[in-house]
Amino acid sequence: MTAVLTIAVLVLVGIAVWQMTKIFELSQVRAKSANAEVATDEDNRYNGYLMFAFLIFIYGITIFSFWKYGKYILPESSSEHGAEYDSLLLWSFVIIFIVQFITQALLHYYAYKYRGKKGTKALFFADNNTLEFIWTIIPVIVLAGLILWGLYTWTNIMDINEDDDPLIVELYAQQFNWTARYGGADNVLGEANVRLIDIDRANILGLDESDPNASDDVIVKELHLPVGRKVNFKFRSQDVLHSAYMPHFRAQMNCVPGMITEFSFTPTVTTAEMRQRPETIEKVKRTNILRAEKAAMGEPNSDPWEFDYVLLCNKICGKSHYNMQMKIIVETEEEYQAWLEGQQTFNQTMASMQP
Amino acid sequence: MSVQAHALTDDHAHDHGHHHKETFVTKYIFSQDHKMISKQYLITGLIMGFIGIAMSLLFRMQLAWPGESFPIFEAVLGKWAPDGVMDADIYLALVTIHGTIMVFFVLTAGLSGTFSNLLIPLQIGARDMASGFLNMLSYWMFFLSSVIMVISLFVEAGPAAAGWTIYPPLSALPMAQPGSGMGMTLWLVSMAIFIASSLLGSLNYIVTVINLRTKGMSMTRLPLTIWAFFVTAIIGVISFPVLLSAALLLIMDRSFGTSFFLSDIFIQGEVLHYQGGSPVLFEHLFWFLGHPEVYIVILPAMGIVSEVMSVNARKPIFGYRAMIASILAIAFLSTIVWGHHMFISGMNPFLGSVFTFTTLLIAIPSAVKAFNWITTLWKGNLQLNPGMLFSIGMVSTFITGGLTGIILGDSTLDINVHDTYFVVAHFHLVMGISALYGLFAGVYHWFPKMFQGRMMSKNLGYVHFWITAVGSYGVFFPMHFVGMAGVPRRYYQNTAFPMFDELVDVQVLMTVFAIITALAQLIFVYNFVRSIFYGARGPQNPWNATTLEWTAPQEHIHGNWPGAIPEVHRWSYDYSKTFENGDYILPGQDFVPQDVPLQENEEELQH
Repeated sequence: MTAVLTIAVLVLVGIAVWQMTKIFELSQVRAKSANAEVATDEDNRYNGYLMFAFLIFIYGITIFSFWKYGKYILPESSSEHGAEYDSLLLWSFVIIFIVQFITQALLHYYAYKYRGKKGTKALFFADNNTLEFIWTIIPVIVLAGLILWGLYTWTNIMDINEDDDPLIVELYAQQFNWTARYGGADNVLGEANVRLIDIDRANILGLDESDPNASDDVIVKELHLPVGRKVNFKFRSQDVLHSAYMPHFRAQMNCVPGMITEFSFTPTVTTAEMRQRPETIEKVKRTNILRAEKAAMGEPNSDPWEFDYVLLCNKICGKSHYNMQMKIIVETEEEYQAWLEGQQTFNQTMASMQP
Repeated sequence: MSVQAHALTDDHAHDHGHHHKETFVTKYIFSQDHKMISKQYLITGLIMGFIGIAMSLLFRMQLAWPGESFPIFEAVLGKWAPDGVMDADIYLALVTIHGTIMVFFVLTAGLSGTFSNLLIPLQIGARDMASGFLNMLSYWMFFLSSVIMVISLFVEAGPAAAGWTIYPPLSALPMAQPGSGMGMTLWLVSMAIFIASSLLGSLNYIVTVINLRTKGMSMTRLPLTIWAFFVTAIIGVISFPVLLSAALLLIMDRSFGTSFFLSDIFIQGEVLHYQGGSPVLFEHLFWFLGHPEVYIVILPAMGIVSEVMSVNARKPIFGYRAMIASILAIAFLSTIVWGHHMFISGMNPFLGSVFTFTTLLIAIPSAVKAFNWITTLWKGNLQLNPGMLFSIGMVSTFITGGLTGIILGDSTLDINVHDTYFVVAHFHLVMGISALYGLFAGVYHWFPKMFQGRMMSKNLGYVHFWITAVGSYGVFFPMHFVGMAGVPRRYYQNTAFPMFDELVDVQVLMTVFAIITALAQLIFVYNFVRSIFYGARGPQNPWNATTLEWTAPQEHIHGNWPGAIPEVHRWSYDYSKTFENGDYILPGQDFVPQDVPLQENEEELQH
């Protein structure tokens, strides 16, 4: 596939160069005058046509990209607020493509239509208040709509509160991995600070051992979320800036050393359900074909893939920034409870470390 | 230019009295003449551009063929590419320095520095800048900062690699990243000098435009180029000092143990002493410059495009006053939108709402400009010179890239595309490619003014434009889809995430286009260098333009005009203006230069 694309590109470029040289030759016929390097009617004609061709190219690459790459776009959102996000995004794109379609057409069509010819008189048209007013007011109205919708959604998403008994989870970032901490039975996170980190005693997140809320905290390397329950995330970082990016949930927040940032969402689709979706099955199939090819060549990163939600680092954080990730598993309440019970609490971990 | 010719023209410069002898050093090196300084800016900028673009090819190859061994990597990167495989640290360094060089050294100094210097005195009718000495100083500080930036590439532990935004703590702690040692120190020193250079230049431009306009040249008769350079300089003076303060505070955190930006850090097994600082503060300070900076980059390009488009359309720019108003509106808004880079930085979400509001407002003056350019083409008599093609291309990429700003400027939608390739595609089209097109349009258009009437080859210019136009869309249009798939920027390779596996064909396509487009720039380099020495000499006013620079002789003389400075009687856009009976104002020519007095029966417009 890649080879075909490359060849297509090379052929297109070849045609372009060939056309260019043709223009070049044609314009060489004329004797060199003082105005040799100023566009002639001939140049205007050729470049006018090319402008029109370029308009077709822009439309072409748009259609090509949608046809070829449209399927790569992230699937429908798996969180509650994500549905609103997706429809706002869709409408923004509708507006963008309408404007893009019209303005590019006008720009390139005029460049083609009004290409210079000797003796043509351009229209002295310097001002028109009505026109200016129209194309000021239209963007104002359209943008006002988008702004209001966007702000309304933003305020809702960022209104992080304790209503509806949310699950409290801390996501802790460090170069170059993630750790998750659950509040445990009391669903309250114990106090923590990097100054309390004690690597030797496995207190890797710097929990305050004297804080009773900390004793039942559960520290894990895989993020499990019960479907349909609101999750309030608290983000911490111990070294540099990181960004917790959960693209399938339309969720992202920076992790800033020295402060606790927050984000909240409700997952709506379990990992198991997601794996059954036709578009996921398609994507996994396409990917595994590629991975099988890689495996055949003996390359790394070529094991067969099964879909999983993932948490990525999305703020440059150093050498292994490109591989800072954690698996996210969305499951039913029962599965979640069963998993949680199987985990050690902070107290149990500390006790097992005692000599 | 021969020495004799220069001596000859020097004789004509009688009315301001200096006849001092120029040596090679005073003429070509420590020149205080704005025309020479503009050429120095341009050539330094182009060399830096060569480095910046070459770097982008290296990391584009890594993205398309991750982990592959290339002899070129080993040749260029040396120990950073053992066996020809690029190292992850140097990948980040390449990305960082590419961004820094392209934004500051090419598109700020190379674009605004070149054309502000060349055009401000010539188009407003001044003998030179208000202070030739400060102007010279400004260039040489720019040169010094370029040299330091290039030297930083050869530091033992590697150049700065924290991204061009150099967010601390990553940029502050050598333990977090080797590039944050000596490499980052040199980066900061280089930028501090660059800022000083930019301030000296900007103050000079502002003073010159305000004080040295020739008789009759009211502010509303200025070409839009001058308006753009003038307002750009003002934004620079307002915002660059803030970056200097950020850089100084960062230097203190790095070297003197202060805690402006750092707090609660545990790294490599130990707790650092920093307490109470905030990286978010740095982000505010950085983007207080960083966002106006993109307008510092694009406004001069807009000014150049307005001028070149009007000249070649043989029509006045449509809505001259609306164009000025939109420049002012963009300039004002540009200083209050910086927070849209920080929606998810942890700052108060209410601030996010305010910045969404101001950010989407900026789309309005931008839209007005785009519509005005399109209307300028309407019913014109378009002379499709290379400069004109690049101007039209600029409007095209500005629209394509600008529209996606509606998504990124919306705090809600930004959540999921923030720091993905969607952003990379957006800003490369709207400020990178567009500003480069403005630069190219300016070079093709004013080359005769820079190099004593010599002109660049139009045919090579056409080839250059068309390959670049197709290639830029080829690189950056598909890139939006990579972003929509959720691929973060600044990833050394995407192989750690199976969900990105199938995107490798897009990466290859983009890289192939990038290589072709970059090679096409060599056509420009060849054309540029060849034309300096062998370019055909055109007439004094090759494009039949109205502005004052074309009334100055082709030979460069100190003081620009041999006799008195021309007086201005009209605005700069009297193209195809006719009497009521349809005859041109001046018989036989479709333009009226600014120094031609109002004719009998000619209707005067409100300019």
